[in-house]
Amino acid sequence: MTTTSPMYVVSESDGNQPAATASKARVADVTPTRVEIEFRGVSKAFPRKGQKDAPAVVKDLTFSIRKGEVVSLIGPSGCGKSTLLNMGSGLYSPTTGTVMVAGQEVKGPVKKVAFMLQKDLLMPWRTIEKNVEVGLEIAGMPKAERRAIATEMLGKCHLAGFEKHYPFQLSGGMRQRAALARTLAMKPDVLFLDEPFSALDAQTKMVLQQDLARTLYNEQKTALFITHDLAEAVALSDRILVMSARPGTIIEEIDVNLPMRDNPLERRKLPETGPLIGRLMELLHVGEEGSMH
Amino acid sequence: MNNRTVIGSVCILLLFLASWEWGPGVMGMPEYVLPKLSRVWSEFFVMWDNSDLLKHTLVTAAEVLLGFGIGALLGVAIGVVLGLSPATEAMLSPYILALQIAPKVAFAPLFVMWLGYTIYPKILVAVLIVFFPVMINVLSAVRAVDPDMINLIRIMNASRWQLFRLVEFPSAMPALFSGLRIASTLAVIGVTVGELVGGNLGLGYLLVDSEGQGNTAGVFVAIVGLTVIGIVAYAGVVFAEKRMLHYMPKANLVTA
Ligand SMILES: Nc1ncnc2c1ncn2[C@@H]1O[C@H](COP(=O)(O)OP(=O)(O)O)[C@@H](O)[C@H]1O
Ligand SMILES: [Mg+2]
Repeated sequence: MTTTSPMYVVSESDGNQPAATASKARVADVTPTRVEIEFRGVSKAFPRKGQKDAPAVVKDLTFSIRKGEVVSLIGPSGCGKSTLLNMGSGLYSPTTGTVMVAGQEVKGPVKKVAFMLQKDLLMPWRTIEKNVEVGLEIAGMPKAERRAIATEMLGKCHLAGFEKHYPFQLSGGMRQRAALARTLAMKPDVLFLDEPFSALDAQTKMVLQQDLARTLYNEQKTALFITHDLAEAVALSDRILVMSARPGTIIEEIDVNLPMRDNPLERRKLPETGPLIGRLMELLHVGEEGSMH
Repeated sequence: MNNRTVIGSVCILLLFLASWEWGPGVMGMPEYVLPKLSRVWSEFFVMWDNSDLLKHTLVTAAEVLLGFGIGALLGVAIGVVLGLSPATEAMLSPYILALQIAPKVAFAPLFVMWLGYTIYPKILVAVLIVFFPVMINVLSAVRAVDPDMINLIRIMNASRWQLFRLVEFPSAMPALFSGLRIASTLAVIGVTVGELVGGNLGLGYLLVDSEGQGNTAGVFVAIVGLTVIGIVAYAGVVFAEKRMLHYMPKANLVTA
């Protein structure tokens, strides 16, 4: 896969580029940071067999996410958040419009993209470390190498000592940690996270948020994060996209503009978070007549 | 199983054996109808010495093993193919259903006519009867894999073969083993019917032979022998299952 396209603009912060080519590329800079994820006029319908014009589940999705940005996506259930994410990761193709990731049109699974769901999706027949390695195994990485990465990631996710355990021997929180380790083991540039912590209890959730936020920040990863927890959206992201009910489209884009994106536990305590959450509640009509499903 | 259930089970066995030993006498049942336990026991030694009981048992056991093995392999192979190819399965499903409904043991006389008084018709009946539960279980398990799991692996750029090897096949294992449990007992039925129909080898043959001589105790010896083979086959599957599915929480295994 080649990654050269006009969309691909090299930023100063992009440490991967050798100095010489970086300075040459900078001549072409339009924006300070390159766009990593972009939706252009995307809609999606799921027509049944023989059905001509099925109603769109999502429509007119146009937005972009810069490299290193963490963006949350909130919206009523069934509005098409997961559908949007699945188009980003190449599982669904859009009915109209284009989806770009890392400067390339998405036409199927893209390298360097990882995916995490509410379900841990650990394979019960594999040990935790072998679960964490699975993506690397698929990529054909030699055993010793991927084992080393798995061990490192499990350490980072506070699961050292559980390498040889099977998923059923772990608690729900630990299993989701293992899923996070599996996601990070791929060393993805882009993460699509679909309510990854929503099945966890409040405390476990905050600890996992902390780990995730730190990793995303330190490694300058780009993430699109679906959540229905408004406080979580504020604590973790640079920006929040708000979707309308079906057919889902983006009705509001909120800059969080708060410090400590790498430290959600502290960010939650900031006085500004309360009003921000209040604003999100208004946008989603939380508590109003007809919003209860 | 805890201690109490073990003691309970043993008590039931002893009660059963005791009523077999003394029940017929108490009820005045003639020996050619229901021989008592000790009579069957002594008949066992008579047959061991005079009728090559060991040889017949081994022949039956070998037929069961071969029929079970071949039938299970075929069932897995075809179950996987049909599981991965819904179009083929849809096309074949009426015939699969018809064959599944057909009493497989009814083919035994036909197979004997084709293959003669050899061990092959017996193995063939067992293959046929073992094949279905294994195939159906594998087919539906391959089909039932969590689509989110498949998506997760697809996003990792897995090839079709990797998807099968890493996800679809391993997740079919529990269903495969419940198919194999059923199949292990069915294999004995298939072989027995094959032996009853024709030939001069195996416990099924001994059974018909004893019947012809009015030797009821001999019939019982053959039935017990067949049951023992079935129990060993079933235990073998359970043993393999426990080793292969060690990653499952104990409560999810039928017999933990
Ligand atoms: N593969 C699919 N086939 C048909 N309909 C789908 C499919 N995926 C999603 N949908 C429909 O799209 C709508 C939005 O689903 P989803 O994206 O999961 O919403 P959300 O994640 O916001 O709760 C739902 O009504 C669902 O029925
Ligand atoms: Mg969803």
